Amino acid sequence: MEETVQHFKKRSPKRKQERFGKTISLVATIFIVSIVFSILFFVASRGLRTFTEHGVSAIDFFAGTAWRPGEVSDAGEPLVGAFPMIAGSFLVTIFSALLATPFALGAAIFMTEISPKTGKKYLQPVIELLVGIPSVVYGFIGLTVIVPFIRQIFGGTGFGVLAATLVLFVMILPTTTSMAVDTLNAVPRYYREASFAMGATRWQTIYKVVLRAASPGLLTAVIFGMARAFGEALAVQMVIGNAALVPDSLTTPASTLTSILTMNMGNTVLGTLENDVLWSLATILLFMSLFFNILTRWIGKKGAMK
Amino acid sequence: MAVNPEETDLNKKHIVTLNEKEPLAISTKDLHVYYGKFEAIKGVSLEFEKNKITSLIGPSGSAKSTYLRSLNRMNDEISSAKVTGEILYKNVNINDPEVDVYTTRKQIGMVFQSPNPFSKSIYENIAFGLKRHGVKGKETLDKAVETSLKQAALWDQVKDKLNQSALALSGGQQQRLCIARAIALKPEILLLDEPASALDPISTSQVEETLIELKENYTIIIVTHNMQQASRISDRTAFFYLGHVLEYDETRKIFTNPTIQATEDYVSGHYG
Repeated sequence: MEETVQHFKKRSPKRKQERFGKTISLVATIFIVSIVFSILFFVASRGLRTFTEHGVSAIDFFAGTAWRPGEVSDAGEPLVGAFPMIAGSFLVTIFSALLATPFALGAAIFMTEISPKTGKKYLQPVIELLVGIPSVVYGFIGLTVIVPFIRQIFGGTGFGVLAATLVLFVMILPTTTSMAVDTLNAVPRYYREASFAMGATRWQTIYKVVLRAASPGLLTAVIFGMARAFGEALAVQMVIGNAALVPDSLTTPASTLTSILTMNMGNTVLGTLENDVLWSLATILLFMSLFFNILTRWIGKKGAMK
Repeated sequence: MAVNPEETDLNKKHIVTLNEKEPLAISTKDLHVYYGKFEAIKGVSLEFEKNKITSLIGPSGSAKSTYLRSLNRMNDEISSAKVTGEILYKNVNINDPEVDVYTTRKQIGMVFQSPNPFSKSIYENIAFGLKRHGVKGKETLDKAVETSLKQAALWDQVKDKLNQSALALSGGQQQRLCIARAIALKPEILLLDEPASALDPISTSQVEETLIELKENYTIIIVTHNMQQASRISDRTAFFYLGHVLEYDETRKIFTNPTIQATEDYVSGHYG
């Protein structure tokens, strides 16, 4: 009896191994979570100094249209209105998503429903390649091809929201397409069979069954594309013109949160308003990407409940 | 003695044909189905009688489902599949690229192995096919939904929740919804591919009762692995083996006094 108890209570190497594995993964998780939280804390605490240390009012910051850090207005208020950049960021994001979504959907439908063989063999590698191209290359192409092209057609400098939109369109197209492909592939085959068996045509099946069933996932794909567009810095900075003005036309120089950040972060002194206000822009970026993230999770949950 | 490929003479067949008094619903002549180079069905000629239930039985891999799927051209959706031979429906060979598959499938409906309702409401599931074929008007649709649900013996259980998701129904109810969805299009022939294999015994018997009632208006061809089911509900039975039909006769005869040795071995459980 005692022997049996001993036998079962003996610490086997397996138990040790098990605990070792658990510990490693727990440590890794804690490490990652703490990094994320320290970044959040660091950026936000720096960003909030604009309001706490330098006394800029939130309204002046979010709604103000004059961005000349280092200068003060006649009333003595610092000129740090971030509205031009916020507007610029949202404009290029929304326009590029509007432009990319139909193409991404069309390509995804072709690759999954119409010609899966061609899709797998030729289009999939092309799209993967597009994802892997560094953003500076996209920016460079934008600078040498798109900007002169716009200049020729619309006049002006060619830099602006339109150029940024076109560059971002190409950049988010593969992201949205490949996610849409995954979503469409995840629609159970039997939905299509059921539809075909009732004599529905292929287009009716795609439009009324497959796309409907995939709609939460497709929305997520679009939002992922938007998140990428919103966060893209380098390529946008190269073609948008970087004038901190509220864009009143698609072809005049404008700026985004990211482009102003990359332009100016090397030129300011830590602790000054000029520096802290850049951290405020970074905070907006961070919370926007958090927002995109939460949105996709929320859509995923809503979709799953159906 | 057991059925096994070496000892079964695949050339020895016993296949009855319909006599003049028995109206024909659909028939195949020398039907072959290929998946790439693999020949899944090796020349099947069968005649199905109108307003009767015919069972297709046979071990797994004997191509019963493949045969069933070719009857309403569902094999068109598999790019590697090729179907040769004739499928005669109303004296038209529907195995012809010129024949409109959408019209064909409207008249020859299909119910699948596991219930596959859309994640739409019960109402929308049934209205789906009708709408795709251009049926409009709320009243017409309402009436069609009610009729087909009644025919599928599901109306009483769902009439108060037509707008709820079909996925909330039980497995048996879902399968009867799929039957209702198929018959809403008023097909003449209903193909069922092991419709009860994913269901519990109670749901199974409900589906069986439904099928027996439907026989009055429809010709039913059903693939089943369940011998009792075949003998309970069907009028005729075809025994499939390795892509051939070895025996086709009255169900009673197949189960009590089959002509072919392999059939006897299979129905009495000596398989493999």
